[in-house]
Formats: sequence, C-alpha cells, structure tokens
Amino acid sequence: MLPLHMNKAIKMTNNKKIYTPVIGLEVHIELATNSKMFCGCPSNHFGKKPNTQTCPVCLGLPGALPVPNNKAIDWCVKLGLVFNCKINKSSNFDRKHYFYPDLPKGYQISQYDDPFCYEGNFLMSSTNQNIRIRRIHMEEDTAKLQHTEIDGKKVSLIDFNRSGVPLVELVTEPDFSSVDDVVIFLQELQRIIRYLGISTADMEKGSMRLEANLSLTPNGKLPDYKVELKNINSFKFLKKAMLFEIERQKDLLLSGKKIIQETRGWDEFKSKTFSQRIKEEAKDYRYLPDPDIPPIELENENIDNLRLEIPELPQAKRIRFKKEYDLSDGVIDILVETKERATYFETAVKLSPKLSKSIASLMVNKNLDKEYPEPAGLVKKLVELEKKDFSSDSDVDQAIIEVIDKNPDVVTSYRSGKGQVVGYLIGQVQKILKGKGDPKLISTKLLNSLHG
Amino acid sequence: MKNKNMKSNSKNKDLNIFVTLNPTKGKGIPIAVKDNYLTKGLRTTAASLVLGDFIPQYSATVVKKLEKNGYWVYGKTNLDAWCHGSSTETSDYGPTLNPYDTTRLSGGSSGGSAVAVATGIVDVAIGSETAGSVRGPASWCGVVGLKPTYGRVSRYGVIAMGSSLDSPGVLSKNVTLSAKILKIIAGKDPMDATSSDKEVPDYESALTGDIKGIKIGLVENYFLDEMDDEVKKVVLNTLSVFEKLGAEIVKVKTIDPKYAIGVYTVVQRSEVASNLSRYDGIRYGGKRELFGTEAKRRIMLGNFTLSEGYSDKYYKKAQKVRTLYINDFNKLFESVDVLIGPTMPNIAPKIGATKDQAMFGELADVLAEPSSISGLPAISVPCGFAHDLPVGLQIIGNKFEEGKILNVAFAYEQSNKNDK
Repeated sequence: MLPLHMNKAIKMTNNKKIYTPVIGLEVHIELATNSKMFCGCPSNHFGKKPNTQTCPVCLGLPGALPVPNNKAIDWCVKLGLVFNCKINKSSNFDRKHYFYPDLPKGYQISQYDDPFCYEGNFLMSSTNQNIRIRRIHMEEDTAKLQHTEIDGKKVSLIDFNRSGVPLVELVTEPDFSSVDDVVIFLQELQRIIRYLGISTADMEKGSMRLEANLSLTPNGKLPDYKVELKNINSFKFLKKAMLFEIERQKDLLLSGKKIIQETRGWDEFKSKTFSQRIKEEAKDYRYLPDPDIPPIELENENIDNLRLEIPELPQAKRIRFKKEYDLSDGVIDILVETKERATYFETAVKLSPKLSKSIASLMVNKNLDKEYPEPAGLVKKLVELEKKDFSSDSDVDQAIIEVIDKNPDVVTSYRSGKGQVVGYLIGQVQKILKGKGDPKLISTKLLNSLHG
Repeated sequence: MKNKNMKSNSKNKDLNIFVTLNPTKGKGIPIAVKDNYLTKGLRTTAASLVLGDFIPQYSATVVKKLEKNGYWVYGKTNLDAWCHGSSTETSDYGPTLNPYDTTRLSGGSSGGSAVAVATGIVDVAIGSETAGSVRGPASWCGVVGLKPTYGRVSRYGVIAMGSSLDSPGVLSKNVTLSAKILKIIAGKDPMDATSSDKEVPDYESALTGDIKGIKIGLVENYFLDEMDDEVKKVVLNTLSVFEKLGAEIVKVKTIDPKYAIGVYTVVQRSEVASNLSRYDGIRYGGKRELFGTEAKRRIMLGNFTLSEGYSDKYYKKAQKVRTLYINDFNKLFESVDVLIGPTMPNIAPKIGATKDQAMFGELADVLAEPSSISGLPAISVPCGFAHDLPVGLQIIGNKFEEGKILNVAFAYEQSNKNDK
C-alpha cells in the first residue's frame, strides 16, 4: 500500500481524466420468412412443441444439404439498403466452426469475408451524428438449449425448432458515446424492421437480440479492450446495464486497474452486470466458404426492385407529417410508431382533410383508432362530435377569467351570499364563448374560481 | 466379361464386399449401393464405427430415384471409412479384397461396389468419387467406372467427404449400364443447391459407337516416369483401336498432375475436417474417439489448413491453383473432344500397402485428381491386363459431356469385344 499522501496525489491526477464511453452494437434479428434459412421447415418457432419443426437439414443429419432461402436474402439486402449499405453483388456463405450442443453441424452457416451489406450509415436525427454500419449479414439461428431437471437430475434439453431460422446480424462501428443515443438507435432500428415487415423484432421472444460492446476512453482513441454486454432482452435493461458498466469501468480505471475483456450479462434483481464468459483470446472459427452453397449473385435489377419495395420509413414520415399536418413532435412520434398507425391516420385525414389535428388528437390522447378499426368510423365519430362541439377547456377558463375581471361587483355580491347571481355570470361566459360552452363545465369551473 | 483371371472360389463373404446386406427382399433389379448413401431404415455406416448403428430416417436422392425406377438395394458396399482412402483398408470393417488376387486390394474408396460388380453379384453398383474413388477401384477390378461432372448428380443424402469435389458415380459391368443409370440419377435436385439444372440427355441412346473424326487428346504427361511399364503398354495399345475407329489422336500436355495432389489434399482435408464436425455423438452415432487413425489425421490437417493465419497460405492458395487447372482443361477442350490416359499408374497393390502411407490415396489417384478438382466427368473402362491384373483406360471429358466420354468408351468396349 502506498503512503497516504501519495495515494491522494494519484487520485487527484486521475480524477482529472474524463472518460468517454465507446459503444458499438451487434444486433441479431430473426426474420419472419415462412420457411427456415436452408430448408422448408416453418421458421416461426415461438411456443411450438419442441422438435416438431425439424428435418434432416436443420438437424444436421449426415448427407443433408442446405439450400438458401432467397426471400431471407432479399430481406437482408433490403435492410442494408435502408442503412445505405454497399451491396455485395457476389457473396457467399461461410461455415463458422465451433462445438456446442445447440449447433448440430459443428458449424454455423454465416457470412465472413463478403457479407451481403457493408459500409452503411445511419444519421441520428437528434444529434445529427453519423453512425457507421460495419456490416449486415445473413446466418442461421442455433437450436435452443433448455437447462432443467428431470427426476432430480440436471439435464440440458435441445429444441431444434429454432435451428436454421434465418438470422440477420447488424454490426455498427463503435461510434456511440451516449447511452441514450444507443437506445434511440435501437428503437428506430426496431421500428424500421417492423415497417419493412421482415421481423416481429420482439425482444421477449428473442426475435431481436441486443449486444453492446462497451469500453471507456480517456483520449478519444479506441481502447484496447471491450466488454460485451449480452443476453439482454429489453431496451430498458440494456440502458441500465450500459450505465452501470460505465460506472464500473470508470471506478476500475480510476483505481488504476485493468479491465478484463469479457462477456457480461445484466442481473435485474441485483441491478448490476455480471461476468458470463472471459475471452482469453480471439476464437478461431476456421472459416470455410460453404462448398454446399454456390456463390450468391445479386443483379442490379434485383437490388433496384428491392429498393422500390421499401416503404416510407419512420424518419421520412416524421418530416412529412410535420410539414403536411403541422403536428407536434410528440404527436408525430406516436403516430409513426407503427406503419399501421401512420397509415390509419393518413387514411382518416384523406376522408376529412380539415380534421387532421382532431384525428391526431383522438388517436394519440384517446386511442380511438383502437375502437374504430376502420378510419372511416373514426372520422364519422369525429364529425358527430364536431356537431355538438363545445368550447375547449382553455377557452372556458379564459372566458371565466374575463367575466370575473369585468364584473367585480357581481362577484362580491356572490361572495356575500347572493347565490342566484351565478346564472348571470354563466350567461356572460356563454356570451364570450358564443353559446358553445358546455353549461355543466362552465358552472363547475366558475364555482371553483369563485370559491378559489 | 474379361474375368478370365478371376479366382473362381471368390465369394461375397470372403471378399468382404458388403457392410450390410438388405434383410428385406425387394422386387426390383438388384443394385449395390456404397455405404455412404443414406438408405431409409437400412443401416448406413460410411464404414466407420462412429456410425456403426446409424439407421437413417431418409434416403439419398440417388437411392430414391433408383427405387422409383425399379431398382432394389441389394446391400451396402464396403468403402474406406468416410471415403478416406483408395484401398478400402481404412474401413473399420476390414478391406475388400480384389477378386483377381485375394492378396491384393480392390482399391477405393468404392472398393465394395467395384467388387460387387466384378464378381457378378450385381450388374451395377453405385459408388462415389472425390478424386479417383470410382475410377480407381474400377480400374483395379476390371469394371466400368463413371464419375460424372460435379453437380450432374445430386449429393443429397450422400455422407459428405470433400463437398466441393464429391460426385456420385456408377460402377457397372459395361458402358451401356453406366449410361442407363446415369440417365436415372442425374438432374437438378431441389435439395442440393450445387446440382445443375442442365437438361439430362438420353445417354443410352447416344451410344452409337461411331467416333469417326472425334479428336482424342492423349495426355502424354499422365504416363509418369514411375509408372508400371506393363500398365503403360496396355494403355498405349488402345491407341490403335481408336485409330481403327477413325478417331484422330493428338498428343497433349496438361499442367503437371503432381501439383493437383497438393491442391486436392488441402481442399479435401479442409472440407473433411468441417464435414466431420457434425459427428459429435450427441444425438446419433458414437463418440469422436471412434474415428479411425486416417479420419483423425485428416481432421487435424484440415483444421490446421483452415486456421486463422494459415487459411490464406493453404486453403485459399489451393483454390487459386485449382483455378489454374480448370483453365488448363478449358483450353485443352477447345481443341480436343476427350482426353485419354491411364486411370491408375499401377495395378492393384498388395494388402497392407497403405500401412504407414498417409498419402497412399493421394499418390495413387494422381491421375484422377486434376479432373476431379476441375469438376470434370471421366470414365475408366477396362482395357486389358498387366501382370494378370486388370488395367483401366481413363477418358476425361469437358463439363457435362458425359455423353461424349460414354460413347468413346462404348466404341472402345464394342470394338475390343469384337476383336476377341
């Protein structure tokens, strides 16, 4: 141990250091294609009876061969186009080797040298920061292990329903320095995926899986270590984990310790990250171009067609809604949350262009779109409401203030016990509101003001 | 049949032809199938103890097609375990012996299939070739061995060895039967992405025996210095037959076949190491300790050539040299219709020849490797005897020109028959 005074000195120097988080993301997305990536089994595995959606291919039986699912490849490319990626006209699948009970072939079919999409970017609208997308590639999901107990014996069961489900992996460069930006990015990614209709991107069901690589830098340079936060199934938990991790790493660095390169999970109960696996050295996956799958050639025409299939995405909608309907950002965010909601809004507006703000308000504040599955129904309801449309709360308040202000004598007589003058005051308020005030509301509010 | 030298007392059991005989007597024409083809309900071992009790849940596309066309799987023939070899000596069930001399090997890896045909148990057997595994044993056992173009026949349900090289093939007592079976088993298979959708011609009706004006390239450098002189003589004797048939013979040279040994070894070992990863003993089959010495050797070498830092040096470099061979053949086929040469540089070796010879197969198959790594079709047709043992003539064709090599082989077979 150092003498006390020296200890202090070190602490002081270190305290001057400002650490900036360096965060990169890896996101896995299970595609919602009808069939699996390399065979005809259904890809929707959630909640299905274990091992009922398998065949020789996804079980990795001897002699079975993979045949790529073109729809999945198209969808992967589509996502790449959204993120302004370059598209590899000729790419291939590779075998990534490692042994694990959930990997029936002893290798995962993935992409290594030539992913379908690479070098893309995403502009954070909040900060105008450019996040670089390193690659978006296609691979197959593994089987699912279930650790349980049977007859008092600890066992691991394997469910191959998930084996071979198409999985897209999106990798960003370590361009994030703010935890909030990470969450904004991920939420937008989820929206985009849902807009494209390529996945449910449901985190509880594992169809969207998040991984954040986080380290701290004192000087802006990329640190020589990273901690992988993995197996976290909600934005909220990921945010908590990242915040915790920043503090943990800062404390370690400030006390002069080295940070171990490892994978950490999030313990919600204890509100802290915990070590899952320590990575001693980079794993050698012995990548091999999969000889069972001929190179995938993508024609320009094919890529152009995919581009045309991309719908208007949330950010474009936000800008347009602002311009066309002059709504507040908060309202717009809620309207564009899903493609369905945005479409509902615009369909309703088309029926009654003048009511755009009221439609937005009914949808956002009262969720009336849920009550009326058809936009026409909502518009009809709105027109009915408009007919006996009362003045708004604020207008009533304004009118009451005005009336009280202008009639101090009447107010005094009311306060001295002449209850019947209220009728006069209500009449005055109604006059200002041109008879559109809700009598009940005026009376309540007026009495409140008089007594208040 | 030219089996005048065959030992008359040779029986199926003594020669160790089959790993498993089909206990269910079927109706159709009996056909033997190499034990690396999955047969639903019928044990399939790849001659390895790892799969010693493996009963497949599905059949290979080739097997399905044959059954649909009236064939019945008589039994599953012996092979080098996982096809790793050119002798059947690496089989965990012991070697298949040569019917012409039971102190000698049948060759491999499709040795059981070759002997099943040579002994007349069946007229046709299905084999598979990665490099020489059909042609080699056909040559040493005196039967016809056809290795089609890579992608011509579906690999679905065939236990993989070197996936970019594996090609299902036919061993038969004559060329006509090979043509007939190829027509049945060839074609696009939706279950095999590497299978070709090129139309399948009627190979059998294309067997006219007319090869007048056809240009045959005699590959001079396939007659290696270290080759058996008598084998050389027997193969060169075929030239006069072709000349008589009106074919034009031109001498050609290819890239030295010896470089193909390196390319083939690296590519195949890499793919082997990968393909054998699935045999982890978790759901079916035995544990990995049951792999034989040869498989273990290949797994280790393959993992080495794929490992980080080395894959550029070995696997990727091998693929580059592979392209050179492909280009070389492409150029040759601009000026000739088919190439001929010996199938094997020697006759069937003695039992035990592979002992301590880790590269036995690769060296023995040196004349098959260049065309295999180039994905070309080739056929071995019996062309005589050296030291009283069969010798095969190899005819190599351009991609998807099985029709041409079958017809040249047929013309030779017919005229040779008439000569006797």
